[in-house]
Amino acid sequence: MSDNFDKDVKIHWCPGCGNYSALRIVKESLTELKFEPKDIVIVSGIGQAGKFPHFMTANFYNGLHGRYLSTALGVKAANPNLEVIAISGDGCTLSEGGNHFLHTIRYNPNITNLISNNSVYGLTKGQASPTSMLGFKTKVQTFGVINEPFNSPAVAISLNASFVARAFVGDIEETKNILKQAIQHKGYALIDMLSPCVSFNKVNTFKWYKENSYYLEDSHNPLDQSEAMKVALNLRKLALGVIYKNPSRPTYEENIQIYNSDSRPLFARDLDKNKLEKLVNTFR
Amino acid sequence: MTRSVNLAISGQAGQGIATVESLLTKALKRSGLNVFASREYMSRVRGGINSTAIRVSSQPVHAFEDRIDILIPLSDEAIPHLQHRMTNNTLVIGEKAFLSMDLLLSFISIEVPFTELAKEIGSILYSNIIALGVISSIFKVERQILHDLIEFTFLKKGDKVIQPNKSAINKGYEIGAELEDKYEILKKFYMNKNPEIKNDLILDGTESIALGAIAGGVQYECFYPMAPSTGIGTFLAQQASKFGLIVDMSEDEISVINKALGASYAGARSLVTTSGGGFSLMTEAISLAGMLELPIVVVVGQRPGPATGMPTRTTQEDLRLVLHAGAGFFPRIIFAPGCIEDSFYLTQKAFDLAQKYQVPVFILTDQYLVDSYYNLPFLNLDSLKNEKFIVKTDKDYQRFKFTKSGISPRGIPGYGEGLVAADSHTHTEAGMISEDPEIREKSVEKRLKKLKLIKDASIPPEFIGDANKIKYQIVSWGSTYYIIKEALDKINRSDIGFLHFSQVYPIHESTKDYLKKAKINIMVEQNPTGQFANLIENEIHIQIDKKILKYSGYTLSVEDIVAQITDAINGGN
Ligand SMILES: Cc1ncc(C[n+]2csc(CCOP(=O)(O)OP(=O)(O)O)c2C)c(N)n1
Repeated sequence: MSDNFDKDVKIHWCPGCGNYSALRIVKESLTELKFEPKDIVIVSGIGQAGKFPHFMTANFYNGLHGRYLSTALGVKAANPNLEVIAISGDGCTLSEGGNHFLHTIRYNPNITNLISNNSVYGLTKGQASPTSMLGFKTKVQTFGVINEPFNSPAVAISLNASFVARAFVGDIEETKNILKQAIQHKGYALIDMLSPCVSFNKVNTFKWYKENSYYLEDSHNPLDQSEAMKVALNLRKLALGVIYKNPSRPTYEENIQIYNSDSRPLFARDLDKNKLEKLVNTFR
Repeated sequence: MTRSVNLAISGQAGQGIATVESLLTKALKRSGLNVFASREYMSRVRGGINSTAIRVSSQPVHAFEDRIDILIPLSDEAIPHLQHRMTNNTLVIGEKAFLSMDLLLSFISIEVPFTELAKEIGSILYSNIIALGVISSIFKVERQILHDLIEFTFLKKGDKVIQPNKSAINKGYEIGAELEDKYEILKKFYMNKNPEIKNDLILDGTESIALGAIAGGVQYECFYPMAPSTGIGTFLAQQASKFGLIVDMSEDEISVINKALGASYAGARSLVTTSGGGFSLMTEAISLAGMLELPIVVVVGQRPGPATGMPTRTTQEDLRLVLHAGAGFFPRIIFAPGCIEDSFYLTQKAFDLAQKYQVPVFILTDQYLVDSYYNLPFLNLDSLKNEKFIVKTDKDYQRFKFTKSGISPRGIPGYGEGLVAADSHTHTEAGMISEDPEIREKSVEKRLKKLKLIKDASIPPEFIGDANKIKYQIVSWGSTYYIIKEALDKINRSDIGFLHFSQVYPIHESTKDYLKKAKINIMVEQNPTGQFANLIENEIHIQIDKKILKYSGYTLSVEDIVAQITDAINGGN
């Protein structure tokens, strides 16, 4: 089904890692939405989740730890025709990249942001991440985590993000459904994608996520910011589905003046020498 | 030798010195006089004490002199602030309150009640404009030039603002005429005018760099405000719609550089502008540019550090930072424009080289360069090509193809049938993570090959003097070019040569021969350790014999250089 986006490579993740499902979800969703690999740019940071683009066929930019949202915004600004999927871990996004997470939401570029959230640092072998639960013990956090967990959906809603969802990779079909909505949404779309780490997080397991999450009812109104916030603030029972949506925000690309009069991406443009000459002459 | 009348205007931040400076330099130039102006100011929005220095001459002037011939004080702190640059012959024209200093300093003073006169016109706001009229009249600028400038400047504000400003100008001319009758000394400020320069350009370093960026085809400028580079972003923002470029003032410098690299990956000609502190935050991404082979132009406006340092003062102490920034080895190019013209041409060139070699190109400036300006006849736009250096990809495209030259044809996503990879790990030709030692070696060698290409294409240093006669050679880089040039004209000795570098890395291979020609090479730099002298030593193993180092945060002057070179030479005999 996901043939176009498949890649014939050895995958570096541990057997049983939630990222395998995430990979399938992304590839199948893109295929079902009739995208071609050359339309897509996968932008990622560093971490186990950051390796994502190496395991599928598409354009990609696997940049620095924490910086992938800035990269994604730059790519989108230079060529709004590209479909940009930005994906990385919870540490990369919310710790090293916390400031960019906040500000990218404010810009509202038309990108899809998947946080592969395993509540632990995978690649660096098991330290607590910003979403680790209070009391979570590691080799470093020997007495257990003392910092309040970073609630990315709630933060995003407080910043009036234009699309905020949570998904669980254990449910392929449901997650595909949410991801497809996110991709089709015009503006920044966040998915807090719960994805168990089988090697370093023995608390938040597949079973734990199943037991501690629920799907939002049809009665939930994602257009209501306060209702959405209430749902997001509840970390005891994790809501799955589209929590908040604000379709009225213009995207960053729409706000970039130069695309109003000329839709060509930057690389297709040339300097207007006459205009430059005129400008220079204003200094006489 | 250049004879100039040096004028200084000094007052508090927020008193409108910049407006007077801008109108006066334009007016002088339009009347056929050459001008050079530079500013020194405190890092505050109101109060304090700032000054601008304007040199007026029949000949071209391009450098800062300490000496003040005429001072217009706009506050009682002006004279104490500038007294070290005043002489017995300095003429001070100003309000009584700003003149009656209890100082052991003698100078010639002329009292003009600017504020009183301004009140008569309607507001004390006009006192600067009256002063502008007085000075213009002393230099015999046609009054109409001032009226035209006032009209142009206040066009949007309408007659209500234009008329009283014109009256203020007229008042200034009246006073100017009276003073001339009374004070013989004013006659000595008369200078021949050259009608040919009336139509010259007048540009400061900031404007010149920004125009150079536009000429280089900049399409994406990202920055976070930090003196002394903020002006470039501001300038480009105001030209963005006209030139179809995106200017993004981002949340921090880390996002700035990562966005610019993202845009570069997608095919945009990207620029970031910052200062040492902000640049420090960018260093990881600079090495990313090295790994991803993405073109990027980085302007670093140097200011005295460490840390916040002196935000609005000048220095040349971030060469080392820019030279070494980023983990691992990768090729880079560093330019340090010596003058306003260079600021334009080198910035334009930086964009071309960044695209051609797919490397980061740096432009090192400083507060002195970006805030000084002078008149120049033209900027040559004829040779602008702005080749794109982008290929349309085919199905089998590999972004990091190993080639003979080291340069892989650059594809971008969304242009052609191929896929474009960018991977911050050591990667294969296709851009896949690799820990294969052979791939690593080939990748390093690819970068070494590019460095070799860049080196071969380096800009040679400029030599001034008689190579066969020199015993001494002054060596410098960046913005001290004209200061040293004028000082050497003043010293006027055929046994002293001058070697100036506007590309400081990689240095041109002719450097060795040039340095060997002189018996004693004397480096002039504005940092405490001689960073460029050390770079030369590291690169070509030639020891610089003497160093003239200034690190007060205030620019070297022509007089400084004359004194220090004379000293160095006498001490060296
Ligand atoms: C600037 C920088 N600091 C630290 C690292 C080391 N590092 C790599 S991944 C990572 C954290 C990984 O955690 P997360 O982002 O949650 O991703 P996961 O591996 O769990 O998918 C760290 C600290 C780095 N690559 N760069």
